[in-house]
Amino acid sequence: MGPFNVLAYIIRRLIGAVLMLLLVSLVTFGIFFWMPKLAGQTTDQIAASYVGKAPTAEAIAATKERLHLDQPVVLQYGHYLKGIVAGQDFKAGPEVDHCPAPCLGYSFRTSQPVLPQLIDRAPATLSLAAGAALLWLVSGVTIGVLSALRRGSFLDRAAMVIALGGVSLPIYFTGLLSLAIFSYNLKIFPGGGSYRPFSEDPLHWFESLVLPWVTLAFLYAAMYARLTRAGMLETLGEDYIRTARAKGLPEKTVITKHALRSSLTPILTVFGLDLGLLLGGAVLTENTFSIPGLGQLAIAAINGGDLPVVLGVTLLAATFVVLLNLVVDVLYAAIDPRVRLG
Amino acid sequence: MTAPIEVTGSDAEAQPEAVLAGIDRKAIQGRSLWQIAWLRLKRDKVALIGGGIVVFLILVAIFGPFLVQDPNVFHQNLNDPTFNRPKYGFWHSGISGDHWLGVEPSNGRDMLARIVHGARVSLLVAFCATLLSVVIGVVLGVVAGYFGGWVDTIISRAMDVFLAFPLLLFAIALVGVLADASVFGLSGNGLRIWVLMFVIGFFNWPYIGRIIRGQTLSLREREFVDAARSMGAGSFYILFRELLPNLVAPILVYSTLLIPTNILFEAALSFLGVGVIPPKPSWGGMLSQAVSTYSVAPMFMVIPGLAIFITVLAFNLFGDGLRDALDPRAK
Repeated sequence: MGPFNVLAYIIRRLIGAVLMLLLVSLVTFGIFFWMPKLAGQTTDQIAASYVGKAPTAEAIAATKERLHLDQPVVLQYGHYLKGIVAGQDFKAGPEVDHCPAPCLGYSFRTSQPVLPQLIDRAPATLSLAAGAALLWLVSGVTIGVLSALRRGSFLDRAAMVIALGGVSLPIYFTGLLSLAIFSYNLKIFPGGGSYRPFSEDPLHWFESLVLPWVTLAFLYAAMYARLTRAGMLETLGEDYIRTARAKGLPEKTVITKHALRSSLTPILTVFGLDLGLLLGGAVLTENTFSIPGLGQLAIAAINGGDLPVVLGVTLLAATFVVLLNLVVDVLYAAIDPRVRLG
Repeated sequence: MTAPIEVTGSDAEAQPEAVLAGIDRKAIQGRSLWQIAWLRLKRDKVALIGGGIVVFLILVAIFGPFLVQDPNVFHQNLNDPTFNRPKYGFWHSGISGDHWLGVEPSNGRDMLARIVHGARVSLLVAFCATLLSVVIGVVLGVVAGYFGGWVDTIISRAMDVFLAFPLLLFAIALVGVLADASVFGLSGNGLRIWVLMFVIGFFNWPYIGRIIRGQTLSLREREFVDAARSMGAGSFYILFRELLPNLVAPILVYSTLLIPTNILFEAALSFLGVGVIPPKPSWGGMLSQAVSTYSVAPMFMVIPGLAIFITVLAFNLFGDGLRDALDPRAK
């Protein structure tokens, strides 16, 4: 497999990724602009819902024109796509606002461009997701491997009982419990809503994220421990493991080089998908701990009917998922020698 | 599916010819997959307990609301206005002979009644959503796996697209848009419950679809499919009369494991305020109220949380046991 093949594969996957994002944006757009029409709302009513409280006739007309609401949904979608690729001009009264590419439009509520808002909220989500992912990947895989190697032992049973409990607990419940215990009663960690950006106060940033990291990681670590254990047990029963042992390889080499490597591939797939989804907004965790990330932004936008922001967050989240899937697929070839990029 | 023949009794083991001749009919028994599965499940105490709790919860969801108090009656006399929490009971839970699970802070509505009514919504949405996912997933999975070629390509790509959707965000947006409208003469929580079922069910099908597709891929190469085809069976007949019965085991297992996922999903949406909305009780909604009261009345958070936990755990235990029992490779 030459480097050219890898490049061709990546290019093909990138084209696929763009197509997928187009589909995601089309569906999201359809939900907000086409569904209300199906449900029998007139364009005036739709425009009014974006004007705010006590809409005047002129404001409605202006909004309608600004957002091209009187045009068919397909054309409106075309305007949106054009904005991403080439930027877009918006009429705001006598003046024209130019929104440079990639333009995700203006928030209906705050009249601010969407992209800076997303960039503003991203670090909080990124801090939360990256820290938790590191924690759950290391702990989950370690526990899973140890459980598989000592199958039936006390450690295995205890770990699996806790893991089963972990996958059955909703994050907003464990989050609230941990806040009640460690923040409110024991006062070890700061409570909800105490997040500060890393650039402002690194120590406070760390302190405020410990509880969210641990609660979020616990949920996923439980899932990954179960996955790793099942994968390891299946791999350890394979013939090539017996062969490796039979030719006298040390047990450590058999476990790490032979068994772990092939049972890690499904974990990696799930990890890519999970991390991608989290980066698009760990909605529940951010909500429970009041972390001002993308998920919080999305919820606020949805409750306020602020379509451009919702579309922006959804697209960004889908981009993360698609990109991480691509990275995972390319990494596959590095980990698993059986995989050929095709 | 073939079932192992189980020979019991030392006589039969010693005389294979006699067994083959069918002399000792009681000693030899062909067991169907379901008989084997049931025998295994009976030995799996943990799964049985899970199954028992599941049955109990279903009964509670169906009959419970007729037995408990009105979940919307206020008992504000039980409230301590200083801290805005119940006056009595440990941890200010309000637990008493009249209110077995206590009362909620401020309004003092009966928690038992709200939990029981919440169970009905939770299980109803989870069951119907699971049914929808399973129907879509199984039909598309079987079709993709059996026909292969461009049909498979289209369906598999569609699955990839669905898996790339930021599901929770999407569900929030969709419920948010649809729930305020009035569709088919439904509005408010009546409409919201239907929207929840549809959204959760519609976006979860690729998971089971992938599994069924994989199983179908290997099943379609088996002799009984060739046999059916050579006897002139059409594709439709092979799909639904030959392949589908062989897929019942994985369908059952993954449906059982999808239900708890959907319970968590519904609770999450209600927690975020886009699912079932007050005054109709829902477990997620109660937890969302508890965000502001957990410091003064912790039991108000613990009880709905435990309700979700126990329900989801019971389904997971039962589903895991069922999977082990139906796995032909397991001993």
